[in-house]
Amino acid sequence: MSFSAQEMVEKTRKIVAPWKEKKGGLIPILQEVQKELGYISTEAMETISKELKIPKSEIYGVATFYAQFHLKPRGRHVVRVCRGTACHVRGSLAVLEKVKEITGIQENETTDDLRFTIEPVACLGACGLAPVMMVDSQTFGRLVPGKVQGILDTFR
Amino acid sequence: MPIFRSHILVCGGTGCSSSGSQDVQKVLRDEIAKRNLDKEILVVQTGCHGMCEMGPIVVVYPEGTFYCRVQASDVPELVGEHIVKGRPVQRLLYSVPEDASRVPFYKDIPFYGKQHRIALKNCGYINPDNIEEYIARGGYEGLGKALTSMTSAQVIDEVKASGLRGRGGGGFPTGLKWSFAAKSPGPKKYVICNADEGDPGAFMDRSLIEGDPHAIIEGMMIGAYAIGADEGYVYCRAEYPLAIERLKTAIAQAEEFGLMGTDVLGTGFNFTLHIKEGAGAFVCGEETALMGSIEGRRGMPMPRPPFPAVHGLWGKPTNINNVETWANVAQIIVNGGAWYASMGTEKSKGTKVFALTGKVKHTGLVEVPMGITLREIIFDIGGGILNDRKFKAVQIGGPSGGCLTEEHLDLPVSYESLTGAGAIMGSGGMVVMDEDNCMVDVAKFFLEFTQRESCGKCVPCREGTKHMLLLLEKITSGRGTMEDISTLEQLAEMVREMSLCGLGQTAPNPVITTLRYFRDEYEAHIRDKRCPSHACTALLRYEIDPETCKRCGLCAKNCPVSCISGSRQEPYRIDQEKCIRCGTCFQKCPFGAIGKN
Ligand SMILES: Cc1cc2nc3c(=O)[nH]c(=O)nc-3n(C[C@H](O)[C@H](O)[C@H](O)COP(=O)(O)O)c2cc1C
Ligand code: FES
Repeated sequence: MSFSAQEMVEKTRKIVAPWKEKKGGLIPILQEVQKELGYISTEAMETISKELKIPKSEIYGVATFYAQFHLKPRGRHVVRVCRGTACHVRGSLAVLEKVKEITGIQENETTDDLRFTIEPVACLGACGLAPVMMVDSQTFGRLVPGKVQGILDTFR
Repeated sequence: MPIFRSHILVCGGTGCSSSGSQDVQKVLRDEIAKRNLDKEILVVQTGCHGMCEMGPIVVVYPEGTFYCRVQASDVPELVGEHIVKGRPVQRLLYSVPEDASRVPFYKDIPFYGKQHRIALKNCGYINPDNIEEYIARGGYEGLGKALTSMTSAQVIDEVKASGLRGRGGGGFPTGLKWSFAAKSPGPKKYVICNADEGDPGAFMDRSLIEGDPHAIIEGMMIGAYAIGADEGYVYCRAEYPLAIERLKTAIAQAEEFGLMGTDVLGTGFNFTLHIKEGAGAFVCGEETALMGSIEGRRGMPMPRPPFPAVHGLWGKPTNINNVETWANVAQIIVNGGAWYASMGTEKSKGTKVFALTGKVKHTGLVEVPMGITLREIIFDIGGGILNDRKFKAVQIGGPSGGCLTEEHLDLPVSYESLTGAGAIMGSGGMVVMDEDNCMVDVAKFFLEFTQRESCGKCVPCREGTKHMLLLLEKITSGRGTMEDISTLEQLAEMVREMSLCGLGQTAPNPVITTLRYFRDEYEAHIRDKRCPSHACTALLRYEIDPETCKRCGLCAKNCPVSCISGSRQEPYRIDQEKCIRCGTCFQKCPFGAIGKN
């Protein structure tokens, strides 16, 4: 997914339009933009600022406050290794280390071929199956480091 | 409505789905259709049964046969044997860990024996996407009763009489909170459901919404009627897509049935409900930060007062409760406050849902009467410690909670008793730890979390947690001094006293309790440069026992930093200076000649 600056502006405008007269729209707008563009680009932030007449600094402030928003493009597949308590005591650190070793990147980084992004997550709410990791929207439970390669191989 | 000879319930909760229940369901439907049984047998997708560890779970009614870890490949046998021939498939039944005997029926499984399900009443029994099933189990009766036969003051009195207290962590009496919002003047008020569930290791709110969304909605509407609100928000974590989907469906159905919208049940009561997706910030679970986030700002806590009941969402009087709190409301109205208050202890009434996780045999969601002991929860319901290791501690209440030890196992669980022992009820996360878990590492783990999630508004929390974390890192890497312990204690006290919101005020709790109950572990890290549980990698030493070593060389071949030397003639040894403690040699050695120390 990659768009020209012009396309980003247009797409963002469309997303903002229904919120112009309503309150509390900034977070849903950013969520929608991210769904559409894959990340929150500078162009998108500038457009939101102009359309809603709020300072860019405020948008940047909100976008960087929440873990969910990304200001850089991400990989095709997002790997979230749970680092919640239940997973921690059952060995999630070793799973995370394995994912890093296989992909060659650290947390919050993206591989050069844009295949994977690793994101830490506090808890996936599947603690009963600890340790857990999520690739895109698929959850994998009862992990051991040895299972990681096989799972990642299925995501091209 | 057609009558079916048998219902097959397949759990569609997050836990079972990630173990493959969606495939099971699909194959099951195909198999039933293939055998022309679809007029006799109904396949229903339900919410969570709580025993996620054993998933995917399939229950066959009317008998109530409980099958665990069912895979798609098991389906033909299950249908052929049980449904067609009436013979339960023995190998898929639940087996008791102690003696491997099989337990055929849901009601006889020890995991459920001591539970008492009120909030979880419908979870696992009904299809959450079908409002009629909720209504068939008594749903919306409470709303009807409140709207048609009770004044708002009577509703509040009933909730007060129940003794229900907030399940989101604070434990504030719910009826009292409602009365504040009810007293606030003004035509516009809001109710909010806090479904941000930030405590890592707790998932009851997720399962409640996924398994029984109408119970939350009904509770919120009763609350709205009591305080005079006509609009509500559910603030739900974006990491819970299934919960959000189920809520959306439930709201649409409630509207379609005339149970939400304008002039509900012809009583003149109006209510609309919105869903807000959280965007990933733990502090947004704090009520003032949460409202800031709904308004589209950075979710930073505000000093209280003013309390939300006076000045809440968009400056209007607002009542905010946790998911589990709301889930209890309708049944309190139907059965009466006295009924609810008949369970529990003197000051902690009713039941509480706990997320039992970590090193227990049966992880999952359990709902128990207040006053039950930790031992009953961990050993009777949870089946004891995984691999029959030794129990060491249980961490209760998440990052704001504390670690309790063996001596607390017979403590009856209530808000007061847990706080007295140094933990908190919190959201109800219970993480069990065994001898392999290092308590200093656990304290460090929680501080990493709170430090990362500190919103940065107030200095004691932002800087204090950072420095506490640095000290813990120093200790777990073997560079600590005895003085660091007292510095840690001082900092903990300071952060607790001076932080703006609950996040900072409670962040030191894991450190304080581990220092109180496991001081010797801290001292071992400092004095002996040793981690008694062999969990802190920096303090580990891998050593090769020359007697056991068969000189195969596998360790040296696999070592990523080539720090192992030896030959056919000479036993292998590890150069401790170069070793990065990755543990590869330990895993590779076929003779168990490598030891951790
Ligand atoms: C840092 C912090 C995080 C919190 N997170 C949550 C949460 O995830 N869910 C929740 O229901 N309450 C959370 N709370 C408590 C809420 O502020 C509030 O007390 C609660 O929603 C009130 O509902 P109750 O009375 O039904 O418990 C949190 C509080 C603090 C200080
Ligand atoms: S702690 Fe990992 S899913 Fe909850």
